Amino acid sequence: MRTLFFVLTALAVIGLAFWAYHENYNTQQAIAETEQVQRDISQARQRLGVLKTEWAYLNRPDRLRELADINFDRLGLLPLTPEQFGHIDQVAFPSNEVLPITDPVDVSGMDDVRGVDQ
Amino acid sequence: MTRTPLRPLARILQARTKGENPDAIERENIRLRHEQMRDRARLRAEGRLLVLGLFFFCAFVVVGVRMGMLSGSEPSEPRASAAGASILTQRADIVDRRGRVLATNFETHSLYAQPQQMIDAERAATGLVKIFPDLDAEDLLEDFTGKRKFLWIKKKISPEQKQAVHDLGEPGLLFGPREMRLYPNGSIAAHILGGASFGREGVHAAEVIGVAGIEKFYDKELRDPARASKPLELSLDLTVQAAAERVLHGGMKLMNAKGAAAVLMDVHTGEVVALVSLPDFDPNDRPRPATEGVASDSVLFNRAVQGVYELGSTFKIFATAQAMELGLVNPNTVIDIRGPLKWGRHKIRDFHNYGKELSVSKIIEKSSNIGTARIAQMIGTARQREFLGQLGLLETVPLEMVEASGGRPLLPPNWSEISTMTISYGHGLSTSPLHLAAGYAAIANGGTKVTPTLLKQSGPQYGARIMRPEVAAASRVMLRKVVTEGTASFGEVRGYNVGGKTGTADKPKEMGGGYYKDKVIATFASMFPAEDPKYVLIVTLDEPVETSGDEPRRTAGWTAVPVAAEMIRRVAPLLGLRPEIEPARAAGITLTSN
Repeated sequence: MRTLFFVLTALAVIGLAFWAYHENYNTQQAIAETEQVQRDISQARQRLGVLKTEWAYLNRPDRLRELADINFDRLGLLPLTPEQFGHIDQVAFPSNEVLPITDPVDVSGMDDVRGVDQ
Repeated sequence: MTRTPLRPLARILQARTKGENPDAIERENIRLRHEQMRDRARLRAEGRLLVLGLFFFCAFVVVGVRMGMLSGSEPSEPRASAAGASILTQRADIVDRRGRVLATNFETHSLYAQPQQMIDAERAATGLVKIFPDLDAEDLLEDFTGKRKFLWIKKKISPEQKQAVHDLGEPGLLFGPREMRLYPNGSIAAHILGGASFGREGVHAAEVIGVAGIEKFYDKELRDPARASKPLELSLDLTVQAAAERVLHGGMKLMNAKGAAAVLMDVHTGEVVALVSLPDFDPNDRPRPATEGVASDSVLFNRAVQGVYELGSTFKIFATAQAMELGLVNPNTVIDIRGPLKWGRHKIRDFHNYGKELSVSKIIEKSSNIGTARIAQMIGTARQREFLGQLGLLETVPLEMVEASGGRPLLPPNWSEISTMTISYGHGLSTSPLHLAAGYAAIANGGTKVTPTLLKQSGPQYGARIMRPEVAAASRVMLRKVVTEGTASFGEVRGYNVGGKTGTADKPKEMGGGYYKDKVIATFASMFPAEDPKYVLIVTLDEPVETSGDEPRRTAGWTAVPVAAEMIRRVAPLLGLRPEIEPARAAGITLTSN
């Protein structure tokens, strides 16, 4: 009985040692993966930061103004002036005519939806 | 353990036969037994002490070894923490009120040399000069071949330059990572942002510290790791600021002024939407402070915040508003304006002769010094001082910039009655344009004090009430009349109903001793739309002169007002204000809906 107990204990110790060894390596592996992900995140963020900065730099008012001047012939952009504010009355009502259907798409089963839209 | 009897029969019998006291034997035995017990107890205690001592020794050895290891090893971040990812950069971004980037960080590299590792110092020096033309080959060679073990070559280099240096193949030239501060918009809002530079520097990192403006004011907060790179939101609007700078720059050139400043402020929240001071600089390459000449001529000088000037007639509205608040006058009260008004050896004159008497409303409209001085006499020195103090014109504005403390108003050394009279039309008290903006905002928002701020606010920030709403409204009507009928006729902008007051003040000589005859500070303090103002705009030109006519014109009506009007025309649509037709006065129509 005693011998059995000793053998069992020894086996349990070996088993636990194996389990701990395994868990240790699993943990190391998980940490390494996390670190890789963290590195990726930080690189992505760094890149995002650079892109944001570049976006801000490319959209700086001085440059936009120069671009508007250079492309004035094509775009005709001018600074916003008070005269450009319109009144709701100045917007014409949309006509009630239904536009001709030139490119019909099969929408079987969607009749109800179309009915609501019209 | 064998127990020794205390009264051994043999010895007792022996003692009895000898006639001795047998009790002595017992006492002797008890004594011996106690001594044995004592010895055993001492041994045990000594053993325990030894174990305890060993334990403490081991514990201290462990602690000591651990401390030694910690101090001897390179610090490393905890490997398995999930929190590290939130801190991005060592300094938070600064953004405008709509989230557009005003200041951000950029990863770059520094270049340093370790001459003892160099293989071919001469080649390295010539190669470096090819990449960086501003370096001197001979100096570099001297450093490389001398006794120095370490030297910085460049604090910041671009990736292209880094590659070029890398291609030199010199092992003694090394790179360290650097985080630099970048202002993508160049000189826009330069005075507000200030600038940044490196503090303590190491090979692997360097502190980025703010050196001026809001960067310095919020240095600690921006660098706080607990902030987790949350950007600092300013009240500025980048588009409005850029437009204001452009218009002001054009106006400054057109009016031949040597400097200009503008403050655009929300009258309800106190948010400074645009703050311009010209000439300006590029905060990415902040110039060094000038060591000679007048500080106010430097490009670093913020005229809107640091520059204290006598702002002239723009102050008149404060005198009339206070007189109305005290019930001394109403807009139609007639004041005697016959001049010149003598007080001691001082004489107060008007720019033109406006006749014998004018109503209070007309005094503002025509900008009569004599009329305002008479009103100030009615108010008296103590009450004037208190009122101006309530408006915040007698102390520095608590704006979130380090330069704000430099804008301390200059008060008369002895606030006598003549000071009261001159201050009423803006002479004898020097304030910054920002002070004036705060004062006008109180009139514009219906009589409560607001404190200018550079941080985005969530709603109106009304302070103490300074005047009744009716007084503020009457003052606004007068200011509107200045534009429609008075000295600021160029200030009319269709749809925005500008109200405002001009101010032209002679510049005092820097060395003291009176005023220049032909140098003025021209100011236009305005608010729009006049019937329910949303914004105040102060435009100040330094030494403007308008030369389109026969003789040079320097008054604000000809110089500052057209610039301000153009600025309002450009900026108001950007602020989302719809142009409106001015509601007719006293028409008896109630607006039920729009």
